[in-house]
Amino acid sequence: MSKYHVNEKGYYGPFGGAYVPEMLYPNVEELQQKYLAIMQEESFQKEFHDLLKDYVGRPSPLYHAKRFSEKYGVNIFLKREDLNHTGAHKINNTIGQILLAERLGKKRIIAETGAGQHGVATATVCALKGLECVVYMGEVDIQRQAPNVARMKMMGASVVAAQSGSKTLKDATNEALRDWINNPVDTHYIIGSVVGPHPYPDLVARFQSIISQETKRQLIEKTGRSNPDYVLACVGGGSNAAGMFYHFLDEEDVKLIAIEAAGHGVHSGESAATTALGKDGVLHGSRSILMQTEDGQVIEPYSISAGLDYPGIGPQHAWLFRSGRGQYVSITDDEAMQAGLLLTKLEGIIPAIESSHALAYLEKMSFKGDENVVICLSGRGDKDLDNYMKYFGF
Amino acid sequence: MLAHKNIFQDGQRKLLSIYFTAGYPDLDSTVTIAEELEKSGADFLEIGFPYSDPVADGPVIQHSSETALRNGMTLTLLFEQLKALRSRVSIPVFLMGYFNPVLQFGVENFCRSCAAVGIDGVIIPDLPMYEYEELYQETFYKHGVSNIFLVTPQTSTERIRKIDKLSKSFIYLLSSNATTGKNLEVGESSSAYFKRLKDMELSNPLVIGFGISNAKTFGQATNYAKGAIIGTAFVKLLAEDDYLSKIRGFIAAIKS
Repeated sequence: MSKYHVNEKGYYGPFGGAYVPEMLYPNVEELQQKYLAIMQEESFQKEFHDLLKDYVGRPSPLYHAKRFSEKYGVNIFLKREDLNHTGAHKINNTIGQILLAERLGKKRIIAETGAGQHGVATATVCALKGLECVVYMGEVDIQRQAPNVARMKMMGASVVAAQSGSKTLKDATNEALRDWINNPVDTHYIIGSVVGPHPYPDLVARFQSIISQETKRQLIEKTGRSNPDYVLACVGGGSNAAGMFYHFLDEEDVKLIAIEAAGHGVHSGESAATTALGKDGVLHGSRSILMQTEDGQVIEPYSISAGLDYPGIGPQHAWLFRSGRGQYVSITDDEAMQAGLLLTKLEGIIPAIESSHALAYLEKMSFKGDENVVICLSGRGDKDLDNYMKYFGF
Repeated sequence: MLAHKNIFQDGQRKLLSIYFTAGYPDLDSTVTIAEELEKSGADFLEIGFPYSDPVADGPVIQHSSETALRNGMTLTLLFEQLKALRSRVSIPVFLMGYFNPVLQFGVENFCRSCAAVGIDGVIIPDLPMYEYEELYQETFYKHGVSNIFLVTPQTSTERIRKIDKLSKSFIYLLSSNATTGKNLEVGESSSAYFKRLKDMELSNPLVIGFGISNAKTFGQATNYAKGAIIGTAFVKLLAEDDYLSKIRGFIAAIKS
């Protein structure tokens, strides 16, 4: 494995590890020992790829956005994760993890969710497999995301309100971890991003790596080259970026750009720009970069996009940032909203506000004209219509 | 020689330890509560330093942590307050909390500060054995700060043996795989687990925590172990009016 992938101890450079209390050690150790072998089984691979094809609708298209390209004077390709079943890249991971959970003999699934996209993707695969599903969601988010709460309930999941702390994603993750501590034997925790104790960052990245695997093949068809000049993706915890970067990590001619949410401005006090504001720290089981006070208390982030509203980033991203392999930048709420509207008007595609952050960074780049740029369009904007309507007054 | 060696080697005596969160209910209540606990007959203490994301804790201790943080408690302030500890409290005192505040304070600085104010050892549930051994053990040894490990019903025998080797004061036995504040029910499976641990004849004494709340559960736990720890039930008491005057009665009821 390359220096950008996890080592045998679960680390990416100084980041990663499994900082979990003893109560979670057996669960995490079981996963560490078994995940690679299970994922390599032929029957697993077959079922995973069959479901991705027939249920999720993969491969997702790589779309050459011509009017958008003209506007920026460069060739822009959108990796259309928004066309997946349930509307985002999240389903790639939940399909993989439900198959893993089945093979581990688990009967009950738990998950955390912020805006509800990962919760919906988890409830979906639990319905598909007939497994019990409990989704933890911050009380504040439950009120903000009623349609996704309804979707989860329709699919048979219980949605439990996280009442602690700021009652958002971070606290939902704490509640899911507490549930796992109290139900160590029969339960699998489907983490939604490339965060958490080893092996979660690696296993989620592997399931999401289908994104860059397909992209390489599709680029050859469309451009004659498997490598683009730039790859862009938004980062909250960082799962779509991890999947979008995966097969390009060792190809140093490809510039990787990760876009964080700057909220009202990086230094406004209302931001989720982790690499700009954070320091090394430990949260939710891994060592990474974390927004925190001098005293090591976690700072509540802010972004208009609920999917980017997380105070840390996955340990692999921390390493790509620290090692200089990736460029980590940020985009404000306003810049993202304008970019979302621009794509809608030029291409007839309403992007998720998360993905709009990646699109907005084009404004800050300069091109020679013949470069190829791939942007991960991680999700569709249906879930964000309320936000778009309020913001633009439609 | 650390103070706690003596009590753990004290024959048949069953030890009662009390956990409470620093800075709760009031910012400057920490040493006063510790002093009253010693006067009331507690054998040793765990003082929690608060963290914003306490994943191993149930609602009561979560609430005490949130309140303590709102009150302004930090590790820096706690060590400042604890300068008065050893002029007022002589029983062993351990600090308990999560790793990130320690990491920001600096592990070396943390150990040095513990030694300077007379803290006997620390319990950091989310600092795993591998990281402790690889990165921090030498620092803990250098400052004479004992690191306490947790053992749960799921912990393998091999791992327990290793924990016993790395431990220098006691092993913290969780009554069940659970967050804090659940009630202990000593059924067949937990008594088999306690007995298995007792029969391993480890070199460190066992102290049982999580789910111990009253005389009955304290008695059940200490049938198998040298001592037991009460946390949530005591933190609940601290939410009551005039809590200081009730501490003596609380301890007496458990020890009766």
